[in-house]
Amino acid sequence: MGKFINVRTEAEGTIGVIELNRPKRLNALNRKMIEEIASQMEAFDNDPRIRVIVLQGNERAFAAGADIEEMMKESPLSFELADPFAIWDRFMSVNKPVIASVSGFALGGGFELALHCDLIIAAENAQFGFPEVNLGVMPGAGGTQLLTRSIGKRKALELIWLGEHISAEVALELGVINWVVAPEIIEEETMRLAGKLADQAPIAVRLIKEAVGKAEDLPLQDGLTLERKNFYLTFDSADQKEGMQAFIEKRAAHFKGE
Amino acid sequence: MEKFETVLYEKKAGVATLTLHRPDSFNAFTPLMNKEIIVAVTDADRDSDVRCIVITGAGRAFCAGEDIGNVDEHTNHATFLRERYHPMVKALRVVSKPTIAAVNGVAAGAGMSLALLCDFRLVHHKTKFVSAFMEIGLIPDSGFIYVLPRLVGYAKALEIATLGRPISGKEAFEFGLATELVEFNEWDDAVAAFAGKIAGMPTKAFSLVKRYMMDSMHLPFEEALEQEAQAQRIAGLTEDHQEGLQAFREKRKPKFVGK
Repeated sequence: MGKFINVRTEAEGTIGVIELNRPKRLNALNRKMIEEIASQMEAFDNDPRIRVIVLQGNERAFAAGADIEEMMKESPLSFELADPFAIWDRFMSVNKPVIASVSGFALGGGFELALHCDLIIAAENAQFGFPEVNLGVMPGAGGTQLLTRSIGKRKALELIWLGEHISAEVALELGVINWVVAPEIIEEETMRLAGKLADQAPIAVRLIKEAVGKAEDLPLQDGLTLERKNFYLTFDSADQKEGMQAFIEKRAAHFKGE
Repeated sequence: MEKFETVLYEKKAGVATLTLHRPDSFNAFTPLMNKEIIVAVTDADRDSDVRCIVITGAGRAFCAGEDIGNVDEHTNHATFLRERYHPMVKALRVVSKPTIAAVNGVAAGAGMSLALLCDFRLVHHKTKFVSAFMEIGLIPDSGFIYVLPRLVGYAKALEIATLGRPISGKEAFEFGLATELVEFNEWDDAVAAFAGKIAGMPTKAFSLVKRYMMDSMHLPFEEALEQEAQAQRIAGLTEDHQEGLQAFREKRKPKFVGK
Protein backbone atom coordinates (compact mmCIF):
# COMPACT_ATOMS: atom_id res chain seq x y z
CA MET A 1 0.00 0.00 0.00
CA GLY A 2 1.54 3.29 -1.06
CA LYS A 3 0.87 6.88 -0.18
CA PHE A 4 -0.99 7.60 -3.39
CA ILE A 5 -2.57 4.24 -4.13
CA ASN A 6 -4.79 1.68 -2.43
CA VAL A 7 -4.29 -1.97 -3.22
CA ARG A 8 -6.61 -4.94 -2.84
CA THR A 9 -7.40 -8.27 -4.45
CA GLU A 10 -10.72 -9.63 -5.65
CA ALA A 11 -12.15 -12.93 -6.86
CA GLU A 12 -10.29 -15.18 -4.42
CA GLY A 13 -7.08 -13.33 -4.96
CA THR A 14 -6.98 -13.75 -8.74
CA ILE A 15 -7.59 -10.08 -9.57
CA GLY A 16 -5.19 -7.45 -8.29
CA VAL A 17 -6.70 -3.98 -7.99
CA ILE A 18 -4.69 -0.78 -7.86
CA GLU A 19 -6.77 2.26 -7.00
CA LEU A 20 -5.32 5.73 -7.50
CA ASN A 21 -5.92 7.62 -4.32
CA ARG A 22 -5.31 11.31 -4.55
CA PRO A 23 -8.97 12.34 -4.69
CA LYS A 24 -8.52 15.98 -3.72
CA ARG A 25 -6.36 16.52 -6.80
CA LEU A 26 -8.56 14.42 -9.10
CA ASN A 27 -5.77 11.84 -8.99
CA ALA A 28 -3.28 14.16 -10.70
CA LEU A 29 -0.22 12.04 -11.31
CA ASN A 30 3.06 12.87 -9.62
CA ARG A 31 6.30 10.94 -9.87
CA LYS A 32 5.88 9.15 -6.59
CA MET A 33 2.44 7.97 -7.64
CA ILE A 34 3.65 6.60 -10.98
CA GLU A 35 6.46 4.83 -9.17
CA GLU A 36 4.01 3.30 -6.69
CA ILE A 37 1.73 2.13 -9.51
CA ALA A 38 4.64 0.58 -11.42
CA SER A 39 6.00 -1.18 -8.34
CA GLN A 40 2.60 -2.56 -7.40
CA MET A 41 1.98 -3.72 -10.95
CA GLU A 42 5.30 -5.56 -10.88
CA ALA A 43 4.41 -7.08 -7.52
CA PHE A 44 1.11 -8.36 -8.94
CA ASP A 45 2.90 -9.53 -12.06
CA ASN A 46 5.21 -11.64 -9.88
CA ASP A 47 2.43 -12.97 -7.65
CA PRO A 48 1.47 -16.39 -9.03
CA ARG A 49 -2.11 -16.17 -7.69
CA ILE A 50 -2.89 -12.96 -9.58
CA ARG A 51 -4.17 -13.42 -13.13
CA VAL A 52 -5.49 -9.98 -14.02
CA ILE A 53 -4.53 -6.49 -12.88
CA VAL A 54 -7.09 -3.69 -12.67
CA LEU A 55 -6.12 -0.04 -12.47
CA GLN A 56 -8.89 2.31 -11.36
CA GLY A 57 -9.46 5.86 -10.15
CA ASN A 58 -12.50 7.12 -8.31
CA GLU A 59 -15.95 8.28 -9.33
CA ARG A 60 -14.91 11.74 -10.50
CA ALA A 61 -11.59 10.96 -12.10
CA PHE A 62 -9.42 8.14 -13.29
CA ALA A 63 -6.59 10.66 -13.35
CA ALA A 64 -6.89 14.26 -14.46
CA GLY A 65 -3.41 14.78 -15.84
CA ALA A 66 -0.05 15.41 -14.35
CA ASP A 67 0.79 17.51 -11.35
CA ILE A 68 1.33 20.87 -13.07
CA GLU A 69 2.74 22.53 -9.95
CA GLU A 70 5.37 19.82 -9.66
CA MET A 71 6.21 20.33 -13.32
CA MET A 72 6.54 24.13 -13.32
CA LYS A 73 9.84 23.91 -11.47
CA GLU A 74 11.43 21.83 -14.22
CA SER A 75 14.04 22.82 -16.79
CA PRO A 76 15.05 20.77 -19.83
CA LEU A 77 18.17 19.63 -18.06
CA SER A 78 16.44 18.77 -14.79
CA PHE A 79 14.01 16.68 -16.84
CA GLU A 80 16.82 15.04 -18.77
CA LEU A 81 18.77 14.15 -15.64
CA ALA A 82 15.81 12.84 -13.66
CA ASP A 83 14.08 11.41 -16.77
CA PRO A 84 10.80 11.05 -14.88
CA PHE A 85 8.86 9.56 -17.79
CA ALA A 86 11.27 6.64 -18.03
CA ILE A 87 9.45 5.03 -15.08
CA TRP A 88 6.53 4.56 -17.46
CA ASP A 89 8.56 2.02 -19.44
CA ARG A 90 8.12 -0.36 -16.53
CA PHE A 91 4.41 -0.64 -17.43
CA MET A 92 5.44 -2.09 -20.79
CA SER A 93 7.12 -5.12 -19.30
CA VAL A 94 4.13 -6.34 -17.29
CA ASN A 95 3.19 -9.75 -18.65
CA LYS A 96 -0.27 -10.10 -17.15
CA PRO A 97 -3.31 -8.40 -18.61
CA VAL A 98 -3.94 -4.91 -17.24
CA ILE A 99 -7.40 -3.37 -17.41
CA ALA A 100 -7.98 0.35 -16.90
CA SER A 101 -11.36 1.11 -15.34
CA VAL A 102 -12.16 4.75 -16.09
CA SER A 103 -14.80 6.93 -14.44
CA GLY A 104 -14.80 10.67 -14.99
CA PHE A 105 -11.68 12.32 -16.31
CA ALA A 106 -8.78 10.56 -18.00
CA LEU A 107 -6.84 13.56 -19.22
CA GLY A 108 -3.24 14.08 -20.26
CA GLY A 109 -1.09 11.78 -18.12
CA GLY A 110 -4.30 10.08 -16.97
CA PHE A 111 -5.19 9.22 -20.57
CA GLU A 112 -1.61 8.05 -21.12
CA LEU A 113 -1.86 5.82 -18.08
CA ALA A 114 -5.05 4.26 -19.46
CA LEU A 115 -3.38 3.80 -22.86
CA HIS A 116 -0.57 1.89 -21.16
CA CYS A 117 -3.18 -0.67 -20.10
CA ASP A 118 -4.24 -3.53 -22.37
CA LEU A 119 -7.98 -3.01 -22.14
CA ILE A 120 -10.04 0.01 -21.16
CA ILE A 121 -13.51 -0.08 -19.66
CA ALA A 122 -15.16 3.31 -19.17
CA ALA A 123 -18.24 4.67 -17.46
CA GLU A 124 -20.72 6.59 -19.62
CA ASN A 125 -19.54 9.80 -17.93
CA ALA A 126 -15.86 9.23 -18.73
CA GLN A 127 -13.99 11.90 -20.67
CA PHE A 128 -10.71 11.41 -22.45
CA GLY A 129 -8.37 14.00 -23.86
CA PHE A 130 -4.93 15.47 -24.21
CA PRO A 131 -5.09 19.10 -23.02
CA GLU A 132 -1.29 19.53 -23.01
CA VAL A 133 -1.34 21.63 -26.19
CA ASN A 134 -3.49 24.20 -24.36
CA LEU A 135 -0.56 24.72 -21.97
CA GLY A 136 1.91 25.11 -24.80
CA VAL A 137 3.38 21.65 -24.37
CA MET A 138 2.54 18.14 -25.57
CA PRO A 139 2.05 14.64 -24.22
CA GLY A 140 5.33 13.25 -22.93
CA ALA A 141 4.56 9.88 -21.42
CA GLY A 142 3.59 7.96 -24.52
CA GLY A 143 0.46 9.82 -25.64
CA THR A 144 1.51 10.54 -29.22
CA GLN A 145 2.84 7.02 -29.75
CA LEU A 146 0.19 4.96 -28.03
CA LEU A 147 -2.84 6.89 -29.26
CA THR A 148 -1.56 6.84 -32.84
CA ARG A 149 -1.08 3.10 -32.66
CA SER A 150 -4.55 2.81 -31.27
CA ILE A 151 -6.56 4.98 -33.71
CA GLY A 152 -4.22 6.03 -36.51
CA LYS A 153 -2.44 9.25 -37.34
CA ARG A 154 -5.27 11.51 -38.47
CA LYS A 155 -7.57 10.98 -35.53
CA ALA A 156 -4.64 11.09 -33.11
CA LEU A 157 -3.52 14.43 -34.52
CA GLU A 158 -7.03 15.82 -34.28
CA LEU A 159 -7.34 14.89 -30.61
CA ILE A 160 -3.86 15.94 -29.55
CA TRP A 161 -3.80 19.18 -31.58
CA LEU A 162 -7.20 20.45 -30.57
CA GLY A 163 -6.87 19.39 -26.95
CA GLU A 164 -10.61 18.83 -26.59
CA HIS A 165 -12.26 16.16 -24.48
CA ILE A 166 -14.04 13.23 -26.05
CA SER A 167 -16.86 11.28 -24.45
CA ALA A 168 -16.75 7.58 -23.65
CA GLU A 169 -19.19 7.02 -26.51
CA VAL A 170 -16.87 8.67 -29.04
CA ALA A 171 -13.83 6.90 -27.56
CA LEU A 172 -15.63 3.61 -28.05
CA GLU A 173 -16.45 4.43 -31.67
CA LEU A 174 -12.82 5.32 -32.31
CA GLY A 175 -11.68 2.04 -30.81
CA VAL A 176 -9.63 3.69 -28.06
CA ILE A 177 -11.60 1.81 -25.42
CA ASN A 178 -13.30 -1.56 -25.20
CA TRP A 179 -16.52 -1.10 -23.24
CA VAL A 180 -18.82 1.60 -21.94
CA VAL A 181 -20.92 0.82 -18.88
CA ALA A 182 -23.26 2.60 -16.49
CA PRO A 183 -21.27 4.70 -13.99
CA GLU A 184 -23.13 3.33 -10.96
CA ILE A 185 -21.88 -0.21 -11.53
CA ILE A 186 -18.54 0.25 -13.24
CA GLU A 187 -16.68 -1.57 -10.44
CA GLU A 188 -18.98 -4.56 -10.67
CA GLU A 189 -18.80 -4.62 -14.48
CA THR A 190 -15.02 -4.26 -14.36
CA MET A 191 -14.80 -7.25 -12.04
CA ARG A 192 -17.15 -9.23 -14.28
CA LEU A 193 -14.96 -8.62 -17.31
CA ALA A 194 -11.74 -9.09 -15.35
CA GLY A 195 -13.20 -12.32 -13.98
CA LYS A 196 -13.88 -13.61 -17.50
CA LEU A 197 -10.28 -12.92 -18.41
CA ALA A 198 -9.03 -14.48 -15.16
CA ASP A 199 -10.83 -17.71 -16.11
CA GLN A 200 -8.90 -18.00 -19.37
CA ALA A 201 -5.73 -20.07 -19.51
CA PRO A 202 -3.09 -17.73 -18.01
CA ILE A 203 -0.20 -18.99 -20.11
CA ALA A 204 -2.15 -18.57 -23.33
CA VAL A 205 -3.27 -15.11 -22.17
CA ARG A 206 0.35 -14.17 -21.47
CA LEU A 207 1.65 -15.42 -24.82
CA ILE A 208 -1.22 -13.71 -26.65
CA LYS A 209 -0.35 -10.43 -24.95
CA GLU A 210 3.24 -10.74 -26.11
CA ALA A 211 2.30 -11.64 -29.68
CA VAL A 212 -0.36 -8.95 -30.09
CA GLY A 213 1.95 -6.39 -28.48
CA LYS A 214 4.69 -7.21 -30.94
CA ALA A 215 2.32 -7.00 -33.89
CA GLU A 216 2.64 -3.23 -33.67
CA ASP A 217 6.44 -3.29 -33.61
CA LEU A 218 7.77 -6.13 -35.71
CA PRO A 219 7.92 -6.62 -39.46
CA LEU A 220 5.13 -9.03 -40.42
CA GLN A 221 7.35 -12.05 -41.00
CA ASP A 222 9.01 -11.65 -37.59
CA GLY A 223 5.60 -11.25 -36.00
CA LEU A 224 4.29 -14.37 -37.69
CA THR A 225 7.33 -16.30 -36.53
CA LEU A 226 6.92 -15.09 -32.96
CA GLU A 227 3.25 -16.00 -33.02
CA ARG A 228 4.05 -19.48 -34.28
CA LYS A 229 6.69 -20.02 -31.57
CA ASN A 230 4.28 -18.84 -28.91
CA PHE A 231 1.61 -21.16 -30.26
CA TYR A 232 4.06 -24.07 -30.07
CA LEU A 233 4.98 -22.99 -26.56
CA THR A 234 1.37 -23.29 -25.33
CA PHE A 235 1.70 -27.03 -25.98
CA ASP A 236 4.10 -27.25 -23.08
CA SER A 237 1.32 -26.25 -20.67
CA ALA A 238 -1.03 -28.45 -18.65
CA ASP A 239 -3.75 -25.96 -19.56
CA GLN A 240 -3.44 -26.86 -23.25
CA LYS A 241 -4.04 -30.51 -22.35
CA GLU A 242 -6.93 -29.60 -20.07
CA GLY A 243 -8.44 -27.22 -22.64
CA MET A 244 -8.40 -29.73 -25.45
CA GLN A 245 -9.53 -32.60 -23.23
CA ALA A 246 -12.46 -30.52 -21.95
CA PHE A 247 -13.39 -29.66 -25.54
CA ILE A 248 -13.47 -33.35 -26.49
CA GLU A 249 -15.46 -34.22 -23.37
CA LYS A 250 -17.84 -31.30 -24.00
CA ARG A 251 -17.30 -29.78 -20.55
CA ALA A 252 -15.98 -26.44 -19.33
CA ALA A 253 -12.22 -26.29 -18.99
CA HIS A 254 -10.62 -25.46 -15.69
CA PHE A 255 -7.27 -23.75 -16.16
CA LYS A 256 -4.56 -23.70 -13.54
CA GLY A 257 -1.96 -21.56 -15.19
CA GLU A 258 0.47 -24.46 -15.44
CA MET B 1 -29.30 29.03 -3.49
CA GLU B 2 -28.40 30.98 -6.61
CA LYS B 3 -29.97 34.37 -7.27
CA PHE B 4 -31.72 34.55 -10.59
CA GLU B 5 -32.91 37.52 -12.64
CA THR B 6 -34.81 35.97 -15.50
CA VAL B 7 -36.27 32.90 -13.85
CA LEU B 8 -37.98 32.08 -10.57
CA TYR B 9 -36.93 28.96 -8.79
CA GLU B 10 -38.81 27.37 -5.93
CA LYS B 11 -38.78 24.03 -4.20
CA LYS B 12 -41.78 22.48 -2.50
CA ALA B 13 -42.43 18.90 -1.41
CA GLY B 14 -39.95 17.30 -3.77
CA VAL B 15 -40.93 19.47 -6.74
CA ALA B 16 -38.62 22.18 -8.09
CA THR B 17 -40.43 24.70 -10.23
CA LEU B 18 -38.50 26.82 -12.67
CA THR B 19 -40.62 29.68 -14.00
CA LEU B 20 -39.33 31.61 -16.99
CA HIS B 21 -39.90 35.13 -15.83
CA ARG B 22 -39.88 37.77 -18.51
CA PRO B 23 -43.64 38.07 -18.92
CA ASP B 24 -43.48 41.38 -20.81
CA SER B 25 -41.49 39.65 -23.56
CA PHE B 26 -43.50 36.42 -23.50
CA ASN B 27 -40.53 34.86 -21.67
CA ALA B 28 -38.33 35.05 -24.77
CA PHE B 29 -34.81 33.79 -24.17
CA THR B 30 -31.95 36.11 -23.38
CA PRO B 31 -28.32 35.01 -23.00
CA LEU B 32 -28.74 35.31 -19.24
CA MET B 33 -31.92 33.25 -19.25
CA ASN B 34 -30.21 30.45 -21.19
CA LYS B 35 -27.51 30.41 -18.51
CA GLU B 36 -29.89 30.64 -15.59
CA ILE B 37 -31.90 27.70 -16.89
CA ILE B 38 -28.69 25.65 -16.97
CA VAL B 39 -27.79 26.62 -13.40
CA ALA B 40 -31.31 26.01 -12.09
CA VAL B 41 -31.85 22.57 -13.65
CA THR B 42 -28.32 21.46 -12.75
CA ASP B 43 -28.87 22.54 -9.14
CA ALA B 44 -32.23 20.83 -9.03
CA ASP B 45 -30.72 17.67 -10.44
CA ARG B 46 -28.01 17.61 -7.74
CA ASP B 47 -30.39 18.53 -4.91
CA SER B 48 -31.38 15.33 -3.15
CA ASP B 49 -34.64 16.94 -1.94
CA VAL B 50 -35.81 17.40 -5.52
CA ARG B 51 -37.49 14.48 -7.28
CA CYS B 52 -39.23 16.27 -10.13
CA ILE B 53 -38.57 19.47 -12.09
CA VAL B 54 -41.35 21.60 -13.55
CA ILE B 55 -40.57 24.22 -16.19
CA THR B 56 -43.26 26.79 -16.88
CA GLY B 57 -43.70 30.41 -17.94
CA ALA B 58 -44.87 33.52 -16.09
CA GLY B 59 -47.89 35.34 -17.50
CA ARG B 60 -49.67 34.27 -20.65
CA ALA B 61 -46.86 32.60 -22.60
CA PHE B 62 -44.68 29.58 -21.93
CA CYS B 63 -41.73 30.84 -23.95
CA ALA B 64 -41.60 32.78 -27.19
CA GLY B 65 -38.15 31.40 -28.12
CA GLU B 66 -35.39 33.63 -29.40
CA ASP B 67 -36.14 37.28 -29.89
CA ILE B 68 -35.55 37.58 -33.64
CA GLY B 69 -34.59 41.19 -33.09
CA ASN B 70 -31.23 39.69 -32.07
CA VAL B 71 -30.72 37.96 -35.41
CA ASP B 72 -29.58 39.91 -38.44
CA GLU B 73 -27.46 39.53 -41.57
CA HIS B 74 -24.27 39.55 -39.47
CA THR B 75 -25.34 36.57 -37.38
CA ASN B 76 -23.38 33.35 -37.74
CA HIS B 77 -26.20 31.00 -36.91
CA ALA B 78 -23.96 28.02 -36.16
CA THR B 79 -21.87 29.98 -33.68
CA PHE B 80 -25.04 31.44 -32.21
CA LEU B 81 -26.44 27.96 -31.55
CA ARG B 82 -23.19 26.49 -30.29
CA GLU B 83 -22.65 29.31 -27.82
CA ARG B 84 -26.15 30.37 -26.82
CA TYR B 85 -28.45 27.36 -27.09
CA HIS B 86 -26.51 24.13 -27.17
CA PRO B 87 -25.16 24.37 -23.62
CA MET B 88 -28.77 24.72 -22.39
CA VAL B 89 -30.02 21.93 -24.63
CA LYS B 90 -27.25 19.60 -23.44
CA ALA B 91 -27.91 20.48 -19.80
CA LEU B 92 -31.60 19.63 -20.21
CA ARG B 93 -30.80 16.41 -21.97
CA VAL B 94 -28.58 15.10 -19.17
CA VAL B 95 -30.92 16.02 -16.32
CA SER B 96 -31.52 12.70 -14.63
CA LYS B 97 -34.69 13.62 -12.77
CA PRO B 98 -38.13 13.73 -14.36
CA THR B 99 -38.84 17.03 -16.12
CA ILE B 100 -42.28 18.40 -16.87
CA ALA B 101 -43.02 21.28 -19.21
CA ALA B 102 -46.18 22.90 -17.91
CA VAL B 103 -46.95 24.65 -21.18
CA ASN B 104 -49.13 27.47 -19.92
CA GLY B 105 -49.46 29.35 -23.20
CA VAL B 106 -47.55 29.84 -26.43
CA ALA B 107 -44.40 27.77 -26.87
CA ALA B 108 -42.76 29.09 -30.00
CA GLY B 109 -39.48 28.40 -31.78
CA ALA B 110 -36.75 27.44 -29.31
CA GLY B 111 -39.44 27.78 -26.63
CA MET B 112 -41.16 24.82 -28.26
CA SER B 113 -37.82 23.01 -28.32
CA LEU B 114 -37.53 23.62 -24.59
CA ALA B 115 -40.90 21.94 -24.06
CA LEU B 116 -39.87 19.03 -26.30
CA LEU B 117 -36.71 18.49 -24.23
CA CYS B 118 -38.78 17.76 -21.13
CA ASP B 119 -40.06 14.28 -20.32
CA PHE B 120 -43.72 15.31 -20.12
CA ARG B 121 -45.78 18.15 -21.49
CA LEU B 122 -48.93 19.35 -19.74
CA VAL B 123 -51.25 21.56 -21.75
CA HIS B 124 -54.58 23.37 -21.53
CA HIS B 125 -57.00 24.59 -24.15
CA LYS B 126 -55.15 27.85 -24.71
CA THR B 127 -51.74 26.23 -25.07
CA LYS B 128 -50.21 26.65 -28.50
CA PHE B 129 -47.08 25.10 -29.97
CA VAL B 130 -45.61 27.03 -32.87
CA SER B 131 -42.56 25.91 -34.76
CA ALA B 132 -41.98 29.35 -36.15
CA PHE B 133 -38.62 28.63 -37.74
CA MET B 134 -39.63 27.88 -41.33
CA GLU B 135 -41.63 31.07 -41.53
CA ILE B 136 -38.37 33.00 -41.54
CA GLY B 137 -36.54 30.49 -43.72
CA LEU B 138 -34.71 28.71 -40.90
CA ILE B 139 -34.86 25.18 -39.59
CA PRO B 140 -36.21 24.14 -36.18
CA ASP B 141 -33.24 24.08 -33.81
CA SER B 142 -32.16 23.50 -30.22
CA GLY B 143 -32.59 19.75 -30.46
CA PHE B 144 -36.03 19.98 -32.09
CA ILE B 145 -35.37 17.77 -35.12
CA TYR B 146 -33.60 15.17 -33.01
CA VAL B 147 -36.19 14.90 -30.29
CA LEU B 148 -39.50 15.40 -32.06
CA PRO B 149 -39.46 12.32 -34.32
CA ARG B 150 -38.51 10.28 -31.26
CA LEU B 151 -41.56 11.65 -29.43
CA VAL B 152 -44.25 11.45 -32.09
CA GLY B 153 -42.83 9.47 -35.02
CA TYR B 154 -41.26 10.69 -38.22
CA ALA B 155 -44.30 11.54 -40.31
CA LYS B 156 -45.92 13.74 -37.69
CA ALA B 157 -42.58 15.30 -36.75
CA LEU B 158 -41.81 16.24 -40.33
CA GLU B 159 -45.25 17.75 -40.69
CA ILE B 160 -44.82 19.83 -37.54
CA ALA B 161 -41.27 20.89 -38.40
CA THR B 162 -42.03 22.04 -41.91
CA LEU B 163 -45.65 23.10 -42.20
CA GLY B 164 -45.49 25.40 -39.21
CA ARG B 165 -49.19 25.23 -38.47
CA PRO B 166 -49.82 26.10 -34.81
CA ILE B 167 -50.75 23.09 -32.72
CA SER B 168 -53.38 23.55 -30.06
CA GLY B 169 -53.12 21.94 -26.65
CA LYS B 170 -56.03 19.70 -27.51
CA GLU B 171 -54.42 18.54 -30.73
CA ALA B 172 -51.05 17.96 -29.01
CA PHE B 173 -52.80 15.82 -26.43
CA GLU B 174 -54.66 13.86 -29.09
CA PHE B 175 -51.58 12.83 -31.06
CA GLY B 176 -49.54 12.08 -27.97
CA LEU B 177 -47.21 15.05 -27.69
CA ALA B 178 -48.83 16.13 -24.41
CA THR B 179 -49.49 13.86 -21.46
CA GLU B 180 -52.48 15.68 -19.96
CA LEU B 181 -54.99 18.17 -21.30
CA VAL B 182 -56.24 20.27 -18.43
CA GLU B 183 -59.12 22.70 -18.06
CA PHE B 184 -57.76 26.24 -18.02
CA ASN B 185 -59.28 27.09 -14.63
CA GLU B 186 -57.88 23.93 -13.06
CA TRP B 187 -54.37 24.49 -14.42
CA ASP B 188 -52.36 25.19 -11.26
CA ASP B 189 -53.93 22.36 -9.29
CA ALA B 190 -53.59 19.91 -12.15
CA VAL B 191 -49.91 20.76 -12.67
CA ALA B 192 -49.24 20.43 -8.95
CA ALA B 193 -51.09 17.12 -8.79
CA PHE B 194 -49.21 15.67 -11.75
CA ALA B 195 -45.85 16.92 -10.46
CA GLY B 196 -46.65 15.55 -7.02
CA LYS B 197 -47.42 12.16 -8.51
CA ILE B 198 -44.15 12.11 -10.45
CA ALA B 199 -42.19 13.27 -7.38
CA GLY B 200 -43.54 10.23 -5.53
CA MET B 201 -42.17 7.77 -8.05
CA PRO B 202 -39.01 5.67 -7.69
CA THR B 203 -36.81 8.47 -8.98
CA LYS B 204 -33.73 6.38 -9.70
CA ALA B 205 -35.68 3.89 -11.80
CA PHE B 206 -37.28 6.80 -13.65
CA SER B 207 -33.90 8.33 -14.37
CA LEU B 208 -32.63 5.03 -15.78
CA VAL B 209 -35.60 4.74 -18.12
CA LYS B 210 -35.04 8.21 -19.49
CA ARG B 211 -31.29 7.76 -19.69
CA TYR B 212 -31.59 4.77 -21.98
CA MET B 213 -34.94 4.91 -23.76
CA MET B 214 -34.44 7.75 -26.21
CA ASP B 215 -31.03 6.50 -27.35
CA SER B 216 -32.37 2.96 -27.63
CA MET B 217 -34.16 4.19 -30.75
CA HIS B 218 -30.90 4.28 -32.65
CA LEU B 219 -28.94 1.51 -30.95
CA PRO B 220 -28.54 -2.06 -32.12
CA PHE B 221 -30.83 -4.42 -30.21
CA GLU B 222 -27.97 -6.26 -28.50
CA GLU B 223 -26.49 -3.03 -27.17
CA ALA B 224 -29.84 -1.84 -25.92
CA LEU B 225 -30.35 -5.17 -24.15
CA GLU B 226 -26.97 -4.86 -22.47
CA GLN B 227 -27.88 -1.36 -21.27
CA GLU B 228 -31.16 -2.76 -20.01
CA ALA B 229 -29.32 -5.40 -17.97
CA GLN B 230 -27.04 -2.81 -16.38
CA ALA B 231 -29.89 -0.38 -15.72
CA GLN B 232 -31.97 -3.11 -14.11
CA ARG B 233 -29.03 -4.06 -11.90
CA ILE B 234 -28.81 -0.44 -10.74
CA ALA B 235 -32.55 -0.25 -10.12
CA GLY B 236 -32.38 -3.58 -8.32
CA LEU B 237 -29.91 -2.07 -5.85
CA THR B 238 -32.21 0.82 -4.85
CA GLU B 239 -34.09 1.18 -1.58
CA ASP B 240 -37.19 1.84 -3.66
CA HIS B 241 -37.00 -1.61 -5.18
CA GLN B 242 -36.86 -3.16 -1.71
CA GLU B 243 -39.78 -1.00 -0.65
CA GLY B 244 -41.71 -2.01 -3.77
CA LEU B 245 -41.20 -5.69 -3.02
CA GLN B 246 -42.09 -5.24 0.63
CA ALA B 247 -45.26 -3.30 -0.21
CA PHE B 248 -46.25 -5.92 -2.76
CA ARG B 249 -45.90 -8.67 -0.15
CA GLU B 250 -47.82 -6.66 2.42
CA LYS B 251 -50.47 -5.74 -0.15
CA ARG B 252 -50.08 -2.01 0.48
CA LYS B 253 -49.06 0.99 -1.62
CA PRO B 254 -45.28 1.49 -1.76
CA LYS B 255 -43.80 4.65 -0.32
CA PHE B 256 -40.82 5.51 -2.49
CA VAL B 257 -38.03 7.77 -1.28
CA GLY B 258 -36.22 8.22 -4.58
CA LYS B 259 -33.11 6.30 -3.60
